[in-house]
Amino acid sequence: MSLKDKYAIAGVGYTPQGKLPDWTVRGLFLEASKNAIEDAGLTAKDIDGILVELCWTDPTTQCWSLQADLGIEHTGLCANYDSMGASAIAKVQLAAMAIDAGLCKAVLCAFVEKSATAPAIPYRASLGAGLAYGFFGAMPGIAMAAQAHMSKYGTTSRQLGEIAVTQRRHACLNPIAQMRTPITIEDHQNSRMIAAPLHLLDCCLVSDGGRALVVTSAERAKSLRHPPVYIIGMGQGHVILDLPERPDMLDCGAKRSGETAFRMAGVTHKDLDFLELYDATTYNIITQLEELGFCKRGEGGPFVEGWRLAIDGELPTNTSGGMLSEAYLQGWTGLIEVVRQLRGDCGERQVKDAKIGMVTNQGGFIGFHSTLILRR
Amino acid sequence: MVEIQKPLPGITEATKPYWEAAKQHELVLLKCVDCGHHRHPLAPGDSFMCPNCTSVKQPQWVKASGKGRLITWTVVHKVFLPAFANEVPYVVAIAQLEEGPRMLANLRGVKPDEIKSDMEVEVFYEDLTDEVTLPQFRKAE
Amino acid sequence: MADYDKPLPHMTREAQEFWQGCKRHELLIQRCKDCSTYRHYQRPMCPNCGSWNAEWAEVSGKGKVYTYIVAHQPFHPTFVDDVPYAVVIVELEEGVRLVSNVVDCRPEDIYIGMPVEVVFDDVTEKVTLPRFRRA
Repeated sequence: MSLKDKYAIAGVGYTPQGKLPDWTVRGLFLEASKNAIEDAGLTAKDIDGILVELCWTDPTTQCWSLQADLGIEHTGLCANYDSMGASAIAKVQLAAMAIDAGLCKAVLCAFVEKSATAPAIPYRASLGAGLAYGFFGAMPGIAMAAQAHMSKYGTTSRQLGEIAVTQRRHACLNPIAQMRTPITIEDHQNSRMIAAPLHLLDCCLVSDGGRALVVTSAERAKSLRHPPVYIIGMGQGHVILDLPERPDMLDCGAKRSGETAFRMAGVTHKDLDFLELYDATTYNIITQLEELGFCKRGEGGPFVEGWRLAIDGELPTNTSGGMLSEAYLQGWTGLIEVVRQLRGDCGERQVKDAKIGMVTNQGGFIGFHSTLILRR
Repeated sequence: MVEIQKPLPGITEATKPYWEAAKQHELVLLKCVDCGHHRHPLAPGDSFMCPNCTSVKQPQWVKASGKGRLITWTVVHKVFLPAFANEVPYVVAIAQLEEGPRMLANLRGVKPDEIKSDMEVEVFYEDLTDEVTLPQFRKAE
Repeated sequence: MADYDKPLPHMTREAQEFWQGCKRHELLIQRCKDCSTYRHYQRPMCPNCGSWNAEWAEVSGKGKVYTYIVAHQPFHPTFVDDVPYAVVIVELEEGVRLVSNVVDCRPEDIYIGMPVEVVFDDVTEKVTLPRFRRA
């Protein structure tokens, strides 16, 4: 039986974002959770499901400690969830499934990031001997895929630059975005290289901050503070993560993820009013537009030209500035923004008549993918 | 020899022969005794199962030619670890070896703007320490 | 003092005042400024009323043994010479509970409801642990 239309996001919570040396991970978890619960018009006692992602720079706050900190005596679901960057949406999906199964009635999903002020640990981008070869972290991993795409299809750095410039424009309309100085394509081209072909302005920010949300049944959400934002489509798709071992290096898992979500929602691409696509880098946008089926593989570069992704363009994308310019909060930057857009709450950056939106998350080095389609 | 602070590969029982061959300046792969498929010894899953035919028979260690074609690469400019500070910018590349499997290594001696997808590469060897030698790529002669 | 080799508590930022209090031989427990509910462990938010306003209040240190166990197996190498030893949960007069030990008391003499009061054990130069004795 389909879960379409039966569950909703009833409340969302923010914390300050940017450089927050005086905030602890624990404090940020509580602040985000408190704000999401209040935004839903509920109290902590109404929450009976908790899903957290461990903060990878400080994993001491866990699902059970958040339950204790909130003073919730009983939950029917309480877990740490790890699908890497694809976790945020995956948690919302699991919350809906848990409520559907009768385990709980109101699920809090929470997340904290501390990459701006916590020490950066370079982690391996490949399982083999990658570290010995200097292959660290997500950026070089994604760069490998981007290079393969450019070699095969002639995608250009300037095309990636359009994405960066567009999202910065959006961030300038967002009072809480970290980066609010407009940039040009020349600025993008002149920004220093991180791991070629990716420039600094192709890569997402580092940020401290937390986000949280509350999932309830659609019926319950109707009686709460805001107009509900209904979940109508869900999907996930994950490929072999290790790049040398991934049979198709240009496959990021989005095809299955998107198809599953579109099928549940019973909508197609042209029904979507806007997108919030996971943007660890500008290349993530290109590959997702292709693999989700907005254009054919290889056509992503030309597809984004002409400012197509601008709020006033054909396919408004990453309306808050995304992780490139608002804040790097993994999958949460877009997940909270899609709710705000569907509530009609985005002021200057509001997409006109936003009725149906899609949000995606990606994890690992562009190999894990989750999709959510929502409506007002 | 100068002390190197690069993260060295974790040498396990299963991968020991690979690193021993590298020390001798040889490249070895694992060949399935049932279907002949070659796999790289450092691929995830160690040498448990043949990815081609799922055979779990002990594979053979075979010498590889070291020749391959470049699939993709990245030029790392950012210093992720101090041990690489005097190497940036350096190239990390994935090539497809003649025998079939893919391999990851640095690509040495080629200027970034001269790197071409599909170019022919060959393996050579960099002695990091008395104990550890890293197979690397360079443009094929 | 002799070298103390047992594990020391993980000192978090939120708990600083608690441990500084112990060093001064004061037992401080967090209390909500808005609804006066005590809480332990220290947390940024009051689980009772949701307020973020908290203070540290010195308490009497008196309480009762709520429950206890007697460890016969040394779970950690530094406790090998202590077995058998008791670990107690003490419920303070203020209602909060904490994990500790009872000093100068054989494990077989401990009982649920036993009145206790806090004593302070300066285990290292920097760390003092609150423990209890029969009241």
